[in-house]
Amino acid sequence: MPPAPPIGANGPVRFDASGLGRWDSGLIAFLWDTKKAASLAGSSLDPADLPVSASKLLALLPDHAPPASAVKQHRRFLVWVGDRTTGWLSGFGQGSLLLGGTVGGGARALRFRAQMRWTDLASNLRDAGPSALAIVAVVNFLVGAILAFVGAVQLRKFAADMYVANLVGLALVREMSAVMTAIVMAGRTGGAYAARIATMQGAEEIDALTVTGISVPDYVVLPAVLALVFTMPVLYLYGCLAGMLGGFVVAIGMLDVTGAGYLNQTLGAVGFGQFAFGFSKSIAFAVLIGVTSCQIGLNAHRSAAGVGVAATRAVVAGIVGVIAMDAAFAVMANVAGF
Amino acid sequence: MSVCGVTLAFGPKIIQRDLSFDVRRGNIFAIMGGSGCGKSTVLKSMVGLMRPRAGTILADGVDIWSGSVAQRAAIGRGFGVLFQSGALWSALTVGQNVALPLQMATTLNAAAIRRLVRLKLAMVDLEDAIDTAPANLSGGMRKRAGLARALALDPGILFFDEPSAGLDPITSRRMDDLILNLRDGLGTTIVLVSHELSSLFAIADDGVFLDAGTKTAIAHGAPAALRDGCADPQVHAFMRRERPAA
Repeated sequence: MPPAPPIGANGPVRFDASGLGRWDSGLIAFLWDTKKAASLAGSSLDPADLPVSASKLLALLPDHAPPASAVKQHRRFLVWVGDRTTGWLSGFGQGSLLLGGTVGGGARALRFRAQMRWTDLASNLRDAGPSALAIVAVVNFLVGAILAFVGAVQLRKFAADMYVANLVGLALVREMSAVMTAIVMAGRTGGAYAARIATMQGAEEIDALTVTGISVPDYVVLPAVLALVFTMPVLYLYGCLAGMLGGFVVAIGMLDVTGAGYLNQTLGAVGFGQFAFGFSKSIAFAVLIGVTSCQIGLNAHRSAAGVGVAATRAVVAGIVGVIAMDAAFAVMANVAGF
Repeated sequence: MSVCGVTLAFGPKIIQRDLSFDVRRGNIFAIMGGSGCGKSTVLKSMVGLMRPRAGTILADGVDIWSGSVAQRAAIGRGFGVLFQSGALWSALTVGQNVALPLQMATTLNAAAIRRLVRLKLAMVDLEDAIDTAPANLSGGMRKRAGLARALALDPGILFFDEPSAGLDPITSRRMDDLILNLRDGLGTTIVLVSHELSSLFAIADDGVFLDAGTKTAIAHGAPAALRDGCADPQVHAFMRRERPAA
């Protein structure tokens, strides 16, 4: 498409369209550029010689381009930073309110007064628990096997093959099983929660709950969070077993270790306190994933794209949040001498 | 219900400013105006979904936005809302949609709730769809199911967001008749957002006309009276489906 020609002040701009054959939107775009340039120069475009259909299309288009944003470039950056900051603070505040509402709902649920359907809790439990067994088992089995591989190579140098059981057991029970299970659940269940709630938001189902006087934290968030709180500690224990099995298989296959010796060494290395620590972390991760993903779903844009963005954000926020929270747990445990 | 000096905004963007009107008990009140003038936003603020930037919205003399979330929820139980898309809860059947407000807001037993659900669905001629999933309903049926749900708690005020949008003329006429029957039979006050002129002339007793340009109400009165007597060129053109003067 050629650029718009310079416009003089010698009357309206006219076109000789006698040789014009087939044309498309490119011609209209060119004519519109000319029309705007003519208007800027104090002139006009005379469409008399243009095909009638082109004249009609041109008549739909304004003489002037919309005014450019008055915000200067450096101001735009400040506006962006301000928007991001207030958005983050607002999200944090909303998340805190949602957590408070969910905890309140949990307290009401204990007295059977929460506006929650128990069938919703049951279906969330089924989705978050039994359906996740296979993937949690595979991931933790492989993590246990990898730890045993890495440990075996190093420990063999010191003739300390047997301590592979200590390494695998402690690493799984204290850190890896809780974290890997939480990451799996953030990707699998957190993303699903966010997408489901964002879809409800787009279909005005959340608005319908609000105007009917049904508590959104009780009805939507509480069953989701409770399902994770009930299932993740169990999945954590299950993941520990699967991981230890992975380590066991590698140790038996690669090292000079007997099965009984491996089990005995594991039982001696991993105390109840380590289990309690990992168990507590898995509950905290469950609350984090549940509340974060539900909040992201509730704040989603009301469109198909908004659902996709919410699911992605929930997965990313869940994974990053779990790792950050695990780091905080590690620091606290270190400070407490645990 | 009274809307007094209400200003609504999304961030820096003002939707409507200094908006005031009264909805009289037992009337069908229409919020009118062209696309994008903020009709649905006004409705959302009236039902407690969007807080006004300024002004008050009174229901039976109580400002619905002055209390806590729980107080607002209690006031909201006196409202029934039919959303534009029906907004049925997709995980529940039609019957469960109507039953849920009763389960959450009343102490009725299951048998009484079942009886009320059948009654509300029969009122909108949907008793056969009690066990149907919302996804399997047509657009008109979805709206009627949404209306049955809105009627579940015997609301004093019913709000309709574009009740005729997307419906064929016959279904749209049936919806108009249903709205009139609800007003006449139950004495319910009705607030509706619409730009379907035939519906507005047929059912509305009073109304307000919102303008997207000035961002406020530019006319008050029944749609038929605005068509016949309003001097404002914008309202005149809208009500007579004419091209606005350049």
